[in-house]
Amino acid sequence: MAEKIRITTPLTEEQSRKLKAGDSVLITGVIYSARDAAHKAMTEALARGEKLPIDWKNQIVYYLGPSPAKPGDPIGSAGPTTSGRMDAYTPTMLDQGITGMIGKGSRKPAVVESMKKNGTTYFAAVGGAAALIAKSIKKYEVIAYPELGPEALAALTVEDFPAIVVIDTEGNNFYEIGQKPYRQI
Amino acid sequence: MRIIQAEAITEAVAKLCKETAYYLPEDVYEALKKGRETEKSPVGCDVLDQIIKNAEIARDEDRPICQDTGMAIVFAEIGQDVHIEGGAFEDAVNAGVSKGYVDGYLRKSVVKEPIFNRVNTKDNTPAIIYVRIVPGDKIVLKLAAKGFGSENKSGLKMLVPADGVEGVKAAVLDIVKHADCNPCPPIVVGVGVGGTMDAAAVLSKKALLRPTNVRHPEPAYAKLEEELLEMVNKTGIGPQLGGTTTAMAVNVEYMPTHIAGLPVAVTINCHAMRHKECEL
Repeated sequence: MAEKIRITTPLTEEQSRKLKAGDSVLITGVIYSARDAAHKAMTEALARGEKLPIDWKNQIVYYLGPSPAKPGDPIGSAGPTTSGRMDAYTPTMLDQGITGMIGKGSRKPAVVESMKKNGTTYFAAVGGAAALIAKSIKKYEVIAYPELGPEALAALTVEDFPAIVVIDTEGNNFYEIGQKPYRQI
Repeated sequence: MRIIQAEAITEAVAKLCKETAYYLPEDVYEALKKGRETEKSPVGCDVLDQIIKNAEIARDEDRPICQDTGMAIVFAEIGQDVHIEGGAFEDAVNAGVSKGYVDGYLRKSVVKEPIFNRVNTKDNTPAIIYVRIVPGDKIVLKLAAKGFGSENKSGLKMLVPADGVEGVKAAVLDIVKHADCNPCPPIVVGVGVGGTMDAAAVLSKKALLRPTNVRHPEPAYAKLEEELLEMVNKTGIGPQLGGTTTAMAVNVEYMPTHIAGLPVAVTINCHAMRHKECEL
């Protein structure tokens, strides 16, 4: 595999637009976990005209609901969840300035259009590599919606978090590029 | 008649929950390694390396293989000469799930109602429980931890007899292609053929309890499993980012059905093919 690109958060739109589908990256800094219930809560808050718990400008969202931490660990197993379930909320969230999303699996066309408009990159982490990925997470701090348990909005301090650009800001899709040479049926 | 204490069932289930979450079955680990050897995509090889390393970390450090430690599905075979003392069977199983998921630092992923009040039950109960009463004086408990990234991509088709084996193949291929990169491949595909709509679905889950390296005892079905696996591995889906290792195995089970029907249910399981059994 090609040389890995190092990314430090926050990720500006300009930096995000330079990333290309297929690039391998290592992310260091703070990223924010949110999944189904937190996305629902945030988009409902926006609809009511309320402020969100954090400023998402130039931030990376990680679609994650970790397992509980064992004593002495910052977090339990922590791999990506299926991104497609967040698609209904994603264009609204990207308009808040999110420049990166980490998850797994395909996205709807409306999400890709919003990514092009907002300069957002979609990264995939290896689905199910949750014990391995947890090694790159140094701190886990719940920021909002603690009542949602594993679905709470949390800040994660990460070091060399491994991911790959699957859909870039021009809409190039590495899932399609990666499958094509091996598709015989 | 043999007496088995409800408490023993609870303890057994709790142990199964933890062990399935941490330890990938040996045959699945070997299937991943075999997939890594034959995978043609360089990116696919990189993904498989991470998946294999992940399974090793989980095993060596008693950590969940995946953060989605699943909904607990329990297939119980209860000998008709067993008398359970000290509590109801299903309560004992659910107490075991609660204990296993809480003590084992496993994620609690069950909500009490699906549409209007999606509140977490906080101990991963209730389990999905299937009971069979069998001859003998033992209880066999088979536990599968089912993650929903792959469960959401499972499906069922009610074919007609004229669709035949080609129809079955087309149905499996259609469901796998529709699942695409989403269910955390390399997957294991459980296929239940025959019965009724509901029975085929349960059978497709049971099919996944068979090790990935054991083919169906009947040659026609063993051949079908091999053909389905070859077909699925031609989709290009591969280990998430494209390649030749889309599935590690396709397990097919069948049962008698109606003259007018050919139900086909497909349960897709992610690479964390977690299941384990014990006997009391």
